[in-house]
Amino acid sequence: MKFTEEHEWLRPEDDLIVVGITEHAAEQLGDIVFVELPEEGTEVAKDDEVVVIESVKAASDILAPIDGEIVEVNEVLVEDPSKINDDPMGDAWFFKIKPSDPSQMDDYMDEAAYAKFIA
Amino acid sequence: MSETTDALLHLPLKALHEELGGKMVPFAGYEMPVQYPMGVMKEHLHCRAAAGLFDVSHMGQVVLKGADPETLALGLESLIPAAVLGLGEGRQRYGLLTNDAGGIRDDLMFANRGDHLFVVVNAACKAADIAHMQDSLPGIEVVEITDRCLLALQGPGAEAALAALAPEVAEMRFMDVRTLSIGGAECWISRSGYTGEDGYEISVQAEEAEALARALLNQEGVAPIGLGARDSLRLEAGLCLYGHDITEDTTPAEAALHWSIQKARRNGGARAGGFPGAEKILAELETGPARLRVGLRPEGRAPMREGVTLFHEDAEVGQITSGAFGPSLQAPVAMGYVPAHLAAAGTALEAELRGKRLPIRVDSLPFIPANFKR
Repeated sequence: MKFTEEHEWLRPEDDLIVVGITEHAAEQLGDIVFVELPEEGTEVAKDDEVVVIESVKAASDILAPIDGEIVEVNEVLVEDPSKINDDPMGDAWFFKIKPSDPSQMDDYMDEAAYAKFIA
Repeated sequence: MSETTDALLHLPLKALHEELGGKMVPFAGYEMPVQYPMGVMKEHLHCRAAAGLFDVSHMGQVVLKGADPETLALGLESLIPAAVLGLGEGRQRYGLLTNDAGGIRDDLMFANRGDHLFVVVNAACKAADIAHMQDSLPGIEVVEITDRCLLALQGPGAEAALAALAPEVAEMRFMDVRTLSIGGAECWISRSGYTGEDGYEISVQAEEAEALARALLNQEGVAPIGLGARDSLRLEAGLCLYGHDITEDTTPAEAALHWSIQKARRNGGARAGGFPGAEKILAELETGPARLRVGLRPEGRAPMREGVTLFHEDAEVGQITSGAFGPSLQAPVAMGYVPAHLAAAGTALEAELRGKRLPIRVDSLPFIPANFKR
């Protein structure tokens, strides 16, 4: 699993990358009350704003960590955004992306480096 | 995040907030607990279901004294449109400091405490309010009380929790004020608050505040509540936040605060006018304002916050002044200003969020019925 400085986690699953936000990010955001997901099939470029989440405090954007196509989104989160606070690293993934350049993953931190980053 | 923490003022109960796990943030020049480990959503719901303890010691506590009661009352009436004369001893009222253009300098609570008036003003406005009162009220001593904390105990469990320490509080009605001793500390207590729930606000000497706060937190059902939930609670209750829903540029009638101007101060009343902006404010009460503060319910789940623009048939018609997710309603709620002809509950409008026009509907305030003990 890899981590971005934007507090996203990226988990390879077959030829796709599953993207979510870290426990640390969910804690910092507070209770999440709204999620807007991209359409399946959207082509995105790295750093495009692809997901909007709103907590009781503020709105935040989730950026596409890599170039590719959004092939699946986790619709359950739209119905029940509180799942993101309950299980950010597991069931509450946001989308699966088919990378157009898998080598972009190499830029990101491993778990130890991320732990250091948020310490 | 742009505010630095080194120039902030600290609350006397800072150590207690930290011990309770409070997350401290800058607010109105103070370092304040925005939430505790329970989190904003649960804190909000807890306050509506049981009882919440808030530290609002950043607010300005001011005593007006040094003259006979009538002089004090008429003095304050020269600055606010509310009737002060005629407010009985041991009673409190809501008022507005107005400016010459009919706008609102601040909102406040004032209480008749016999030989003096006790006034509570907003933290961000307190220095200006006190200077304004000192400059405008010759012959009246305007004294800022800096050695007392202000705690609010709010929620349906507030009466039982405070009555366990001071049984007399159960006899108080909404907006009553009393001086009571709790554990040897002289407490100035009012039955009021900023959540739409029953509850009390308690002024207590700073050095005795921690013992009182701990005694209250030890009562069953009482949890500490931060500023985050305070904001969503007051928004669901339809209560204005100064600097957002009411400002120097909004009038009492526009803000739908006409009820805070009693008959005696209106045209034809015994003491009509005589406060800043009276001519405009009183005329507007009769003609009706061109725009009005209303409740707004976004139809989707996305919260719509302050600054979001409102549209009606493609024309820009107003702005949201406060907005958040309402935990008790499990839906977003907001307040804002719209033209008077679009102010009726049920009116369909649109709001622009992230470049998209989304449906939002005018709703009556409060969103949650008030739970006061009248």
